[in-house]
Amino acid sequence: MRFSDSIRRCFRLIGCCLWPLAIPTGAVFSAAPASLPPQVIEINSVIEQQWRDYEIKPAPEVDDAKWGRRVFLDVIGRIPTVQELTEFARDRSPDRRQNLVEKLLEDDRYAEEYAGHWASVWTNVLIGRSGGTERGSLTSRDGMMKYLRDSFAANKPYNQLVYELVTAEGATKPGVEGFNGATNFLADKVNAEGAVLATSSTSRIFLGLQVQCTQCHNHPFNQWKQQRFWDFNAFFRQTRALRRFVSGTNDIDHAELINQDFGGEGGSPSDALIFYELRNGLMKTAYPVFIDDTAIGVSGYVSDVNRRQELGRLIVESPFMDKMMVNRYWAHFLGHGFTKPVDDLGPHNSPSHPELLEYLAGEVRSNSHDVKQLIRWIVLSRPYQLAARHASTNDIDDPLLGEAPKFSHFYLRQMSAEQLYQSLVSASGASVAGSYERQEQERRQWMSQFVTAFGTDEGDEATTFNGSIPQALMLFNGALTRQAISDAEGGFLKRVIAENRNTRDRVNQLFLAGLARKATRDELSIASKLQAAREGDETAMLQDMWWAIINSNEFIMQH
Amino acid sequence: MNLSSALRTPVGMSRRHFAQHIAGSAVMASTAFSFGNAIAANAEELRKNRKSAILLWMGGGPSTIDLWDLKPGAATGGPFRPISTTGNMQISEHLPLLAQQMHHLSVVRSMSTREADHNRGRYYMQTGYVPNPNIEHPSYGSVIAHELFDQRKELEIPPFVKVGGGGSGPGFLGMAWAPFSVSSNGQVRDLSMSIDDRRLAQRVAALDLIESGFIKQTRVGVPAAGGPASEHQKVLRKTLDLMTSDQMKAFKVAEEPQEVKERYGERGFGQGCLLARRLVEAGVPFVEVDLGGWDNHNDIFTTLGDRKLPELDKAMSALVEDLAERELLQDTAVIWMGEFGRTPRINQDSGRDHWARSWSVVAGGAGLKGGLAIGQTSSDGTEVESEPYSSEDFMATVCKGLGISLETTYTSKNGRPMKIAGGGKVIQELIA
Repeated sequence: MRFSDSIRRCFRLIGCCLWPLAIPTGAVFSAAPASLPPQVIEINSVIEQQWRDYEIKPAPEVDDAKWGRRVFLDVIGRIPTVQELTEFARDRSPDRRQNLVEKLLEDDRYAEEYAGHWASVWTNVLIGRSGGTERGSLTSRDGMMKYLRDSFAANKPYNQLVYELVTAEGATKPGVEGFNGATNFLADKVNAEGAVLATSSTSRIFLGLQVQCTQCHNHPFNQWKQQRFWDFNAFFRQTRALRRFVSGTNDIDHAELINQDFGGEGGSPSDALIFYELRNGLMKTAYPVFIDDTAIGVSGYVSDVNRRQELGRLIVESPFMDKMMVNRYWAHFLGHGFTKPVDDLGPHNSPSHPELLEYLAGEVRSNSHDVKQLIRWIVLSRPYQLAARHASTNDIDDPLLGEAPKFSHFYLRQMSAEQLYQSLVSASGASVAGSYERQEQERRQWMSQFVTAFGTDEGDEATTFNGSIPQALMLFNGALTRQAISDAEGGFLKRVIAENRNTRDRVNQLFLAGLARKATRDELSIASKLQAAREGDETAMLQDMWWAIINSNEFIMQH
Repeated sequence: MNLSSALRTPVGMSRRHFAQHIAGSAVMASTAFSFGNAIAANAEELRKNRKSAILLWMGGGPSTIDLWDLKPGAATGGPFRPISTTGNMQISEHLPLLAQQMHHLSVVRSMSTREADHNRGRYYMQTGYVPNPNIEHPSYGSVIAHELFDQRKELEIPPFVKVGGGGSGPGFLGMAWAPFSVSSNGQVRDLSMSIDDRRLAQRVAALDLIESGFIKQTRVGVPAAGGPASEHQKVLRKTLDLMTSDQMKAFKVAEEPQEVKERYGERGFGQGCLLARRLVEAGVPFVEVDLGGWDNHNDIFTTLGDRKLPELDKAMSALVEDLAERELLQDTAVIWMGEFGRTPRINQDSGRDHWARSWSVVAGGAGLKGGLAIGQTSSDGTEVESEPYSSEDFMATVCKGLGISLETTYTSKNGRPMKIAGGGKVIQELIA
């Protein structure tokens, strides 16, 4: 008999007496403040109209504390501390949710965390979770992170960010002469196989066009033809990543991304074409031509035409860039984009709310691609205020069943590994002290245990931080958990004891710290039983409870 | 509810003992739970399906024209020469050890599929379905684990173990059927908790209270099952089973004698194959071992001849021979495949590109015949000249060999009935 079978039997017997739970119902954001931006009103109107069309009743609004947890996680990448929740609870104005968003986006206190969080998110998008971690890699993960942190700290407009990533030249590694961290996006993607990886990544990430299949053949389901792939590819042919060695050794120190004259494959640099093969072995030619058929000069001399700068210019002029920006941020906050996958905006993959996607794409363009504005619109919109409650009144709204999302309840999803790490660190100081570099190194080492590669040339990878057993084992028994529940003097649990007058308050503080709510009566009752089992040792009981909290679905999920 | 009753139980570290703590703990309420039941169940077990499968997954798309279906003399043939085997076929000269085991294995030379992109190809070959944005299908491993797990009540470790690499997941079967991923040395991170089992049981009781409350709160009037919150709870159950199980020693591949380790090859894939044998012996119904690096767009013959084929040859031949010697092969299907083959035409970089139209897979053991070459391709390898087989057909054949009914139908989360193996038809020649 398996352990789980015995648990299942037990629970069938006691299930009835433990429930229902007294769910704390805090204040909700009922009266929409008059000062909401027009974009929020438009989002609400489109989304609500669809609810009416489908006769869906949306979930109720989530209470303030849970909403606060949600917005902290999504905007700065960790759950709020009890102090931060208390501070939020003190604001009783109708604009309190807006005030919190402003604080997270603009207050100096959060500037570093905001930039760090989005740098992590975008590093994973741009170079994957394993980029720069393997021997012989030309990518500097530190360089990528530094560039992105600085960019998000300055709230660099999105179009500028994209332009810089596509056109960057310079050294990959911080501290090296000519350092330009933006080079790390392409450093490992241009040398092999005529830069096919640069081609497919750039078009997918920034334009939402999935072209990897069309490298070798015309694809039946994709408007892109093989010609398009190689036309797009031709933009990268002046680019090389040069290895720079640690002096006197064969160890790569860093790389330098440069543009150099491209002689073309036909032997004429002023007419620098490339060849590619059709399936039947016939050769065809390609020149740099953008997806909207805009051609640029055919010369391979950088002094005549800087191909990547031309590409950067064409991308930031493209409406696909705007839509891709909106779709990615929407998916980040609401758990599902307007398309699935989020980075496929091709004509074969129609969006769930096409008019809203178009509208928001237009709005980001007329608002200078201001990332923080887009974040405001999304987190203040109605769908983001809803509880994570899937009920019989909106049961058809279940994207897991393959339905197009209607955003009538907040879709439960697991935190990312990065969010979990930061949350544990901030909730219970489970981290090394020391410099940013030291902490970052620690964090990265922890993260690396969840990455596995697929063994293809395209650098595909998967994460085992996906709700599977290795993740559960890590949270049950791993070093991070041991640190979090440590009973050491000066540690989190000792502080909880010092800061509260009695056991009940201490247990409640654990629930607030982890779950943004107080303990239920049943939870308080099990805490006192645990304390008895620990022979009155309150610290040991708090260890047990804190362990249970951080291992729970309620902790690990964004809700 | 009196948790302290658990205190009086002496501390012990065996899993059964631990389970008794849980069952005996008043928090969990007590229930009938005795060794007698387990023993009775075990007797019943003996009559059940004992079969297993080992999938050797060749990530990147292996060049089957250079391994299993050589075209010597053709413009597309490449430099490798065919050699005779103990089966009724010839294979590459770089697989001499496998050549001695081919009476156990058959080559299906008439695979013809349509997905030549890595992700799509992997998905199709591992699930029997083409990718569909609206639904995630379960992979081979999850399906077979799901079908055979309930017949192995004594199995406490995950029924689907994946050694190295990434892969397709459990799809709509849910995270409880996800592969348990380990590296080829069999080390499982964070396996032991530094508290006694009684205290673990008590912590789990508190955890369960929070988990169940959250499920209730997030799903109101719709079935709790299938929601992400209850999936999490299921995975925790499996994790606890494994943490408290003596069967985890199956992962300790380092305990094998040195000569056995050498026989399989001491690189990752060899040790992974050895681990697979240990897991199958322990009753795990599905083990996948990954060997990547087959995406040879450049310089393919050096890569294959010098590195990939010798590594594959040593490990796979050792696995098949070892399984046969231990009389496990009759109950263990060995499957070799990747997401597609590679172009017969050799490209300008002395490589081969993606090719799905005509390629090979290999299988044997567990009710599948060995020693056969099934189907054939044209003299240059570009066309299948016999009945073409699909992923669905191959998967159906393996399931049949494993004694899993092809009438098995799942209902996906959106209520659509889905036949196991995508409704493929069995390759009759392969069935013993």
